[in-house]
Amino acid sequence: MPRLTIDGKPIEVPAGTNIIEAARLLGIEVPHYCYHPGLSIAGQCRLCMVDLDNAPRPTIACNTQAADGMVVMTDTERVRETRRSIMEFHLINHPLDCPVCDQAGECWLQIYYMKHGLYDPRMVDDKVHKPKAVPLGPHVMLDAERCILCSRCVRFCDEITGTGELGIFHRGDHSEIGLFPGADLTNKYSGNVVDICPVGALTDRDFRFQVRVWYLDTARSICQGCARGCNIEVHTSRRRPHHAQGRRVARLKPRYHAEVNRWWICDEGRYGFAFVDDASRLTFPVRREGQAVHELLWDEAIPAVADALRRHQPDEIALLASPKMANEDLWAVRALAERLGTARVAFRVPPAAGGDQDDLLIRADKNPNTRGAELLGLDGDAAAIMADLRAGAIKCLWIFGHDVLHAAWPPAEAFEALTRAQTLIFSGTNASSVSALAHLVLPAAAWVEREGTVTNFEGRVQRFRRALDPLGAALPEHELIGRVLATLGAPVSATRAEHWFRALAAAVPAFAGMTYASIGDTGQMVSP
Amino acid sequence: MRFGQRFYLAEVVSGIVLTARHFFANMGRHIAHALGRRQARGAVTIQYPEERRPMSPRLRSLHRLVRREDGSPRCVACMMCETVCPAHCIYIVADEHPNPEIEKVPARFDIDLGKCVFCGYCVEACPEDAIRMDTGILEFSAYSRSSMIYTKEALLALEPAGADGRPQSPIPMPARRTVS
Repeated sequence: MPRLTIDGKPIEVPAGTNIIEAARLLGIEVPHYCYHPGLSIAGQCRLCMVDLDNAPRPTIACNTQAADGMVVMTDTERVRETRRSIMEFHLINHPLDCPVCDQAGECWLQIYYMKHGLYDPRMVDDKVHKPKAVPLGPHVMLDAERCILCSRCVRFCDEITGTGELGIFHRGDHSEIGLFPGADLTNKYSGNVVDICPVGALTDRDFRFQVRVWYLDTARSICQGCARGCNIEVHTSRRRPHHAQGRRVARLKPRYHAEVNRWWICDEGRYGFAFVDDASRLTFPVRREGQAVHELLWDEAIPAVADALRRHQPDEIALLASPKMANEDLWAVRALAERLGTARVAFRVPPAAGGDQDDLLIRADKNPNTRGAELLGLDGDAAAIMADLRAGAIKCLWIFGHDVLHAAWPPAEAFEALTRAQTLIFSGTNASSVSALAHLVLPAAAWVEREGTVTNFEGRVQRFRRALDPLGAALPEHELIGRVLATLGAPVSATRAEHWFRALAAAVPAFAGMTYASIGDTGQMVSP
Repeated sequence: MRFGQRFYLAEVVSGIVLTARHFFANMGRHIAHALGRRQARGAVTIQYPEERRPMSPRLRSLHRLVRREDGSPRCVACMMCETVCPAHCIYIVADEHPNPEIEKVPARFDIDLGKCVFCGYCVEACPEDAIRMDTGILEFSAYSRSSMIYTKEALLALEPAGADGRPQSPIPMPARRTVS
């Protein structure tokens, strides 16, 4: 363990740590562009120069490993002068079109220019012009003029995805990032090159020109796209509702977690938020009698649900929960099943098409909380419930979000089963072919509109936080189930997600001792 | 209130005396001026709207959007004015420009003059000199709030005021529309 001194502060770091990371541990920022902790070291941008007491010239901090007795100075006059010259060099051919650049506001070229820039440029020659607004693939747009050739994107495609679509072509100041002939940036992680691009050279085509970044609010969340549970940040646009065509969720960005997703997320997860602001969102409870559709208030809908559940014998009622629901919702489903006295609870609906999986992040199970649903004891036989519904043994079914008509089951049989139900209750975020058949439709809040926890495939319980208000009258599922329970006469004290989680942790051994505070930002593993 | 002031009559009479004094003094001066005494000057009435007072060239009047040579807006929808606007009265929606050198263009650029405080920050903030407040137009009252909203097309059609400060464009009459 080498001990070194950075700016007069001593620190001991693991062998092999470079000076940028060692300084980061002390809270000292060494400016850099090409260095990324998840990628190999290129030493390309030369911005991370620091002074060493025994070196005749400034040295790059990214490719210098901390050594015993090393004395590093990150803020000498010589270092500042070096940074200024290097920034001047990076900006020689940069178009400075910040007003039209989507990166403006979160651009490291802007940030370091304000801190370390040479404010009077000495460059008199014309700038080299390169291609602008070139689509590299379905998600990424290239502006070669803005590129500072840090090669992070090239290294990402070579080292992380192994697809190698990108390269640096031509020489000298005509060098530019581009696709190899015949290649297209279509790998499943292509959106990450936008995140790691320190400047505005690579921008997101989905987000392009939608919202300026300074209008965004952020909330920490968990991706609901698959069983991995990647840590993400939800960026929402609420201040200027006419931006982004009125969509409230502007984009999702990965959030670093050392053991789950590191710095990355897949494109499917990154662009999997469209349903939140889709026109198909359910915004008010509905009762359907034949062809007649009545909009309800919650004060009418909750007693209607309770009455419907009371009308049936316990063994005639089944609940089809969803592994897309949070642990809190699933615990509420279980409380409801116990109150009703039914054992017919299930959550597994086989998808119509098998999911893809790879070694990096993507899991075949496209549900964020399958493990949680298993641990909470909801693992019944969904196919048997549907069969009993068709046979008439089950008369009342509450479906949580599933589109059972587009599952792996024969659609005709599922349709017949649903139409046989005397009472079909549907709760979910968006309208579907099932909600169109349901007698009672209850709008549920999307995951960005509420708090909760999900358990990923490894058993890591992670929290997602509320980024938006629920659309219309939508309620989190735990809350609407809780209101039904209260109407049925059950003693329910939980109103917030955290209360449900407390009840769950007290009852389920796998979650014993967990609280929202102990889960924190990094999650907590369930007990084996 | 003094005792005398309680009887309004005395105050009314003193008001009429004041008004009459100004009236006759002005009339006397105007007559003297007309009879050849050039140094005598009475109070002047400007015959608005045929006559207009001279206005400072720095006056902030109705906004306009500056056009490129081909008539398209010079604005690149960077949202600097929308961001700096203290009244939040500018509404811009950006779109892709066919020319990648320009890249960005406003699909919608509305100013809600019912909210605008005429601070001129939008003009200050604009990196493209695409918005100016030099039309000389001060008369843009309307019968409804929605017709105080000026669209991109209306703002693009405006011309700068002439050298005498008089507006070159007719006062625009925006169609009824609402901010969504």
